[in-house]
Amino acid sequence: MSDKRTLYDQVIVDHNKDPRNFREMDAPTASAHGHNPLCGDHLIVYVRMEGERIADVSFTSGGCAISKASASIMTDVLKGKTRQEAEALFVKFHHMLASDATDAVPAEDLGKLEALRGVREYPVRVKCATLAWHALAAALNGEARTIRTE
Amino acid sequence: MRQPTTEDFHSSGDAPLSDQELMRIGQDFPLLRSTPGGRRLVYLDNAATSQKPQAVIDALQTYYTSQNANIHRGVYYLSEQATDLYDSARKRVQRFLGAPLACEIIFTRGATEGINLVAQTYGRRHVRAGDEILVSAMEHHSNIVPWQMLRDERGAAIRVIPITDEGELVFDEFLKLLSDRTKIVAVTHVSNVLGTINPVKRIIDAAHAAGARVLVDGAQSAPHMPVDVKDMGCDFFVCSGHKMLGPTGIGALFGRAEHLETMPPWQGGGDMILSVTFEKTIYNDPPMKFEAGTPHISGAIALGAAIDYIESIGIERIAVYEQELLRYGTERLQAVDGARLVGTAREKIGILSFVMGCAHPHDIGQLLDEEGIAIRAGHHCAQPLMERLGIPATARASVAFYNTREELDLLAAAIGKVKEVFG
Repeated sequence: MSDKRTLYDQVIVDHNKDPRNFREMDAPTASAHGHNPLCGDHLIVYVRMEGERIADVSFTSGGCAISKASASIMTDVLKGKTRQEAEALFVKFHHMLASDATDAVPAEDLGKLEALRGVREYPVRVKCATLAWHALAAALNGEARTIRTE
Repeated sequence: MRQPTTEDFHSSGDAPLSDQELMRIGQDFPLLRSTPGGRRLVYLDNAATSQKPQAVIDALQTYYTSQNANIHRGVYYLSEQATDLYDSARKRVQRFLGAPLACEIIFTRGATEGINLVAQTYGRRHVRAGDEILVSAMEHHSNIVPWQMLRDERGAAIRVIPITDEGELVFDEFLKLLSDRTKIVAVTHVSNVLGTINPVKRIIDAAHAAGARVLVDGAQSAPHMPVDVKDMGCDFFVCSGHKMLGPTGIGALFGRAEHLETMPPWQGGGDMILSVTFEKTIYNDPPMKFEAGTPHISGAIALGAAIDYIESIGIERIAVYEQELLRYGTERLQAVDGARLVGTAREKIGILSFVMGCAHPHDIGQLLDEEGIAIRAGHHCAQPLMERLGIPATARASVAFYNTREELDLLAAAIGKVKEVFG
């Protein structure tokens, strides 16, 4: 492998092989479909809210390792968080991936999401990494539509 | 006629490409010697675009540094010279494609524009409500969408020639689809995903017997095998310069003179007219009738240089060598555990599409990039084909004559690593 940081952090490889919360949900409060035409990635994010708190979040998908691992990590970190906390985390995650500055968001702010930092070096893959988050945002906002990231 | 600098070196009759010759060819392509991202480049995305030899880069540079003038009607030396160079490039394309007449070659932006031109001129004139256009299940979007636009405008229908799981046209089904409603058969010579070489001559004979006209998409064939449009018998043939060592933004449409003469013009403007008054315009003769405005002069000249370069090696020898690369690459990929080839037609060019159970094609492409290997991953602008094959995408390695067996070894080894990482 090259000296350039590899995109496929071991954490990503693990989540891709063994995704967490990879299941349909029986009675979700909301769900939304995400589609990335570039990769052909499809995923559905399901969420069950209890008041403002995310009681359960899960997903199903068919697509690349980045989109699947990112969705898996997302469900892992969001369970039990409030809507507001989830939105704040999405903002930080997105800022980390999209900012020109490599240190725009410190690692301690990202927790497990830090594993996806390598994606920022691969602009075409940023959309794979954010697909699940965009779908979740749509579900939380009550937009049961297909979200495209392209 | 300007000779390419490499001609003396490369001319070797019918002999196979020697290792020495291959080394020399590698030296002719500056980008292949470069190390993007600090890595040795293994370029296997030739079905998307080819790399350019120095002779082509020089032709562009020479044009702008010492030959630049607008063509036609200039009474000064530079303009006459530019006109000669442009016309001479057309003759090179004519000869390369085996077209009987130079006026049957129209310069376009590429294969896509050629197909749109035919759909919007010949198609609009001849296709009526209830008529049918046949395309194959393995077409690139550029040989589907222009016909859909025509279909919608004219109230016609599109019928699809099916393919087998191996990626060959089902010829009997094609024959069944042919009828007196069939006005145009638009079929690719070589599939950009599967590498399949279609039996265009048989297709054309059958289509003509049914009274239909045939457009052959030669974007993937012209760079890799001898093409003779006269022998083939097609009505229209399109190709893209950038896939055959030339610059982007230039390509060619061959159309039989009898069609070009009766077809309405496409775009209006300068050069495509003989005389203009506010009441009436008399159109120019082909090919000028279809080349409105100042064309891509430097691109056409550089495409001529690309053809010179190809002919200095010999398209037959290129085809033979690439067949050997295909055979070798197929063998190597079939030996990789977990990889499955997509497209196993009996007649193929050097395109190796594959999928892996453990990794999405984009992940394969990305990991190969970390090894300095450039392949393409995705639907390759052939979404209906992906749907037919029941896969969202493929990873695709496609060779050119400047590739080597050693590079295919590197490809196979890197695919093995994909299995290690994701398996």
